[in-house]
Amino acid sequence: MLISTGIPTKEDLQGVIPPAQRRARGPVAMAECFQKIPCNPCVAACPVKAIRMGEDINECPKIDFELCTGCGSCLTKCPGLAIFIIDETYSDATALVRLPFEYLPLPEAGQYAMGLNRAGEELGWFKVARVIKGSGRNLTHTIWVEVPKELSMEVRNIREGGYRNG
Amino acid sequence: MIRNVEVLVVGGGPAGLCAAQAAASVGAKVLVLERDYVPGGQLVKQTHKFFGSEKQHAGERGFQIGEDLLKEIEADPNIQIMTETTALGYYEDGVVTALKGREHLKFRPQRLIITTGAAEKFLAFPGNDLPGVYGAGAVQTLMNVAGVKPAERVLMVGSGNIGLIVSYQLKQAGVEIAAIVEAAPKIGGYLVHAAKIRRAGIPIKTGWTVKEVLGTEQVEGAVICQLDDKFQQIPGTEEKVACDAICLAVGLTPLTELCWQAGCEMKFIRELSGHVPVVSDNLETTRSGIYAAGDATGIEEASSAMVEGKVAGYSAAESLGHSPEKAAQLRAEALEELRQLRAGPTGGKINAGIDKMKEDGGVVHVNLYGYSH
Amino acid sequence: MRIEEHPVRQFDRGEKVSFFYNGQKMEGYSNETIAAALHAAGIRRLGHSPELHRPRGLFCAIGNCSSCFMTVNGEPNVRICVTRVEDGMRVEEQHGKGVIST
Repeated sequence: MLISTGIPTKEDLQGVIPPAQRRARGPVAMAECFQKIPCNPCVAACPVKAIRMGEDINECPKIDFELCTGCGSCLTKCPGLAIFIIDETYSDATALVRLPFEYLPLPEAGQYAMGLNRAGEELGWFKVARVIKGSGRNLTHTIWVEVPKELSMEVRNIREGGYRNG
Repeated sequence: MIRNVEVLVVGGGPAGLCAAQAAASVGAKVLVLERDYVPGGQLVKQTHKFFGSEKQHAGERGFQIGEDLLKEIEADPNIQIMTETTALGYYEDGVVTALKGREHLKFRPQRLIITTGAAEKFLAFPGNDLPGVYGAGAVQTLMNVAGVKPAERVLMVGSGNIGLIVSYQLKQAGVEIAAIVEAAPKIGGYLVHAAKIRRAGIPIKTGWTVKEVLGTEQVEGAVICQLDDKFQQIPGTEEKVACDAICLAVGLTPLTELCWQAGCEMKFIRELSGHVPVVSDNLETTRSGIYAAGDATGIEEASSAMVEGKVAGYSAAESLGHSPEKAAQLRAEALEELRQLRAGPTGGKINAGIDKMKEDGGVVHVNLYGYSH
Repeated sequence: MRIEEHPVRQFDRGEKVSFFYNGQKMEGYSNETIAAALHAAGIRRLGHSPELHRPRGLFCAIGNCSSCFMTVNGEPNVRICVTRVEDGMRVEEQHGKGVIST
């Protein structure tokens, strides 16, 4: 149970995972936001108005996956760091997971980082494809990690430090 | 010498600064008393992004919101802030006394806004008085304001938003978290915070508590144990935890000494986390001319404290005749913001508390000492 | 134990100052509290309780709880969590309740 462990279950995730056909077409956002709390910056962050909430700012965000371009504007704006961008078209065998990151040190593109799942368990060393530093006042960095396609819905963090070169 | 003040705000945290700004924006002259040497209250140590909507600066980090507010306030000729000034008491002739260094100050305000915030609660367990047992907020101050690591490995007690956020911030500062123990069967804080620290590998143990501290001169470890559904310790479940500090994040309680002294009607309301002054929708207490806002009226998020501050500020200014129509309009907008913030399940507790506060007829303004503000 | 690099904050510590802790010369910064300077040096026992003489440390760090009372420049019961450290300051562990000089 998410409420007693802090780890979303398969059932929790089912409602927010973009459909397979959409994922097959390119990068798309998913918001792992399951609890009604007063919060809505993601709505304003989306340049194509793909994130909706209705009148009540306590509603959970709903992403229109058809409109979503996977640009990642919402990723660094979410105060809960709960939005990820998934690109399953990255290569035949790998997917790209873009995740928010607020620890030091930062990895460099090309280095390998230990990928972690939602329980903080190790999934393996994955190549960091890109690091976008949080700019200005935002300060949330975005890490792009290449992961085996079957782990695109598993890798949600990297361990800070201990990065490997190749 | 007694200094006459139009609006006196006690406490320069999120509620107090917003109250000052609101009152000044419609023409009132405001003096803010702040105990610390940096105004901003708990905003100064909040390094995470705030929730809420754009109106409450959601998406900005707490310390950034505090810095922005201060900049605006410092540029406002209607507001003066006195730092390192601790309000000492409210007297029956309406005088508020304060201490600044070795100087004893006296103020006679026409309107008083009490935004004194809250204090961290304590927990009873053997060894809880040893050095290394910190309030979670204290640890936040050390690491996020002073840039000092409080310890190497911490046991966090409590999984409310403070317990979760401070754990995350400890990790950001390079401190290890042994575990978060939570007596209740459920995580108390926002689940996005919980998910963020779980995926960083920090365990959250619901149904567990701290049993005792190891060490005689300072914290050298802890024993934790499981609790049954009646919150009783289950013998045989004890585990030793290696840690050099224990952070208590077991809730806050409103700081209301001035309200008591002023003879405001007080009620104990569990949902608001302690004794709180009975206030009207405009956040005026039962003593006319005395307002209260923020955590002093019940423990809630800083976003709500800021909006409550605005409500109290506009109300005080309006009652003094400063642009009353505009002030009333702005107050109505702030009240609508508050309603929206509290509309969801997380606001349910606060709303229930406010309903309880209003039982028995709600606020009847009295002027206990015949002193007219 | 100072944080040199932080992902979100930059610390404006101000000027280096020296002060005395129980007679021992120490370093701190003008923008920080006595509590912060002592913790940076790894000192977290700040005094002893007046009745049972148990070691006492910091608890609230916002000037509210009285756990951090120390004697500063001869004055007892100073809340060192909200008092900035100054050059030449004498900070001492307090024994008993302290006597206020007049």
